[in-house]
Amino acid sequence: MVKKPELWRWTESRWTNPDLDWKDKVITSGVDVGSVSSQAVILADGELYAYSNMRTGSDSPDSSMNAIKWAMEKTGLELDDIAYTIGTGYGRVNVPFSQRAITEIACHARGGNFMYGPTVRTILDMGGQDCKAIHCDERGKVTNFLMNDKCAAGTGRGMEVFADLLGVSINDVGDLSLDIDEEPPPVSSTCVVYAKTEATGLLREGWPKNKVLASYCSAMAHRIITLLERIGIEKDFAITGGIAKNRGVVTRLEKEVDIKIMEKSKYDPQIAGALGAALFAKALYDKGKRK
Amino acid sequence: MITMGIDLGAKNIKVVILKDNKIVGKSNVLAGFEVEKSAQQAVDKALKEAGITKDDIEKTVSTGAGEKLAPFYDETKSVVGCDSLGAVFLHAAARSVIDVGAEEGRGMRCDETGKILDFEVNEKCAAGAGAFTESMSRALEVKLEEIGALSLKATEEIPMNAQCTVFAESEVVTMVHNKVSKANMARAVHDAMASRITSMVRKIGFDRDVVLVGGVAKNIGFVDSLNKDLGLKVIVPKDPEYVGALGAALAAASWKGGK
Repeated sequence: MVKKPELWRWTESRWTNPDLDWKDKVITSGVDVGSVSSQAVILADGELYAYSNMRTGSDSPDSSMNAIKWAMEKTGLELDDIAYTIGTGYGRVNVPFSQRAITEIACHARGGNFMYGPTVRTILDMGGQDCKAIHCDERGKVTNFLMNDKCAAGTGRGMEVFADLLGVSINDVGDLSLDIDEEPPPVSSTCVVYAKTEATGLLREGWPKNKVLASYCSAMAHRIITLLERIGIEKDFAITGGIAKNRGVVTRLEKEVDIKIMEKSKYDPQIAGALGAALFAKALYDKGKRK
Repeated sequence: MITMGIDLGAKNIKVVILKDNKIVGKSNVLAGFEVEKSAQQAVDKALKEAGITKDDIEKTVSTGAGEKLAPFYDETKSVVGCDSLGAVFLHAAARSVIDVGAEEGRGMRCDETGKILDFEVNEKCAAGAGAFTESMSRALEVKLEEIGALSLKATEEIPMNAQCTVFAESEVVTMVHNKVSKANMARAVHDAMASRITSMVRKIGFDRDVVLVGGVAKNIGFVDSLNKDLGLKVIVPKDPEYVGALGAALAAASWKGGK
């Protein structure tokens, strides 16, 4: 049997800071177990030392363990070296080696503040199974937020369904969707199930794949804008999460809201939640020490 | 008087031919991608069954998402309007009607003539329509015709967290990992869908005689879950998927209650 290509499979990543030696430093970590992806971030004295970003498996404790192990790979670090760990995300209570769990909203704001600097006021986190618009202050403290976690339209899962339907790797969706002569109208169905039927009809009409993808990326941008409009966008505006890597959605979003989106961070935009958790871990560790 | 009702739904096209308030011909054809062709087929089939030709029909009413794609029609009428007419015709005491089709769910209240008093429609989200059970039967690897009976064998009530069809697919995968039986999963699917329909219907309220129509009414598992959720026994007419087309044919005959 021919193995079906796994089109939804996005590129997993790991990174170690080459200029940092973790020895004799306080190690804290944050683990974000999302519904689709899991990340682990390791800080040495509050500085970003290593991270991993991988697909969540069927079991949350296993996924958190895999993520932290991959982040620690070839660093010589062991679980026992980590002084404090915070779990966050959908599976935050299922991180067996963590001391505490903190909601992903708080972690994303804190992590976004670290990644994009203190001028960030609006963070849009476009995740695998939810989408959050978060307002925060100059210290990365949440002041307001709105989220959609009920409907796949406007989430990474919706994009996976489309990549699969069109036989295109999820990594290529954004670029392909921009390779068009004229911007087509967005797919009119909100529901991913119905949008799929609609797209099949468009393909039958003879639309090329990139045009259909353009139509869907545009629909997704519109969907997310309705969320943003309800809470309002305050400058500076940054995007995190997996969809931040999809130029097709981000470009259209930027055009529609007419607000400059901050330059991509040099780190993987999916680590914001875990990074925030690791920063909280450092703060809580320090607080514990002072007592 | 001979009239025809054509219901061009998202998935199937149904035709009913009425002669003096009696059904003399009916047909049900998959809409597919060439809706106009399928509609023609459906009309031809019903005419053949009735043993008449197009010229014998005095008036035709078309309804459904693709109402304008019917091969011929004199008037169009809303689906809710047709549903309630059909439901009151089949069950004179019906004052509340629920229609669960392939891609839409509707709740309505009507008077004794089948006139609409209030209604609520979901056409945006697959979670409250037949598309949901269809997608779930694929995920469970159970035939759509069998998922209803299967869920009646459930031994446990397992709540489903996902409200979205796409997310529910992932949830089913998790349930499979957790060794939940297929019967219990089928039950969870129908319970979830019933609660979506119930919350829609509660917005407009309902009376004691609730008639359930549309293709999904043939799913006994869903009917059972809906009964539990509503706290009553809904009335499912024979051939519930034809009620919209029947109502259209009744509208063509200017039927307003009575026999």
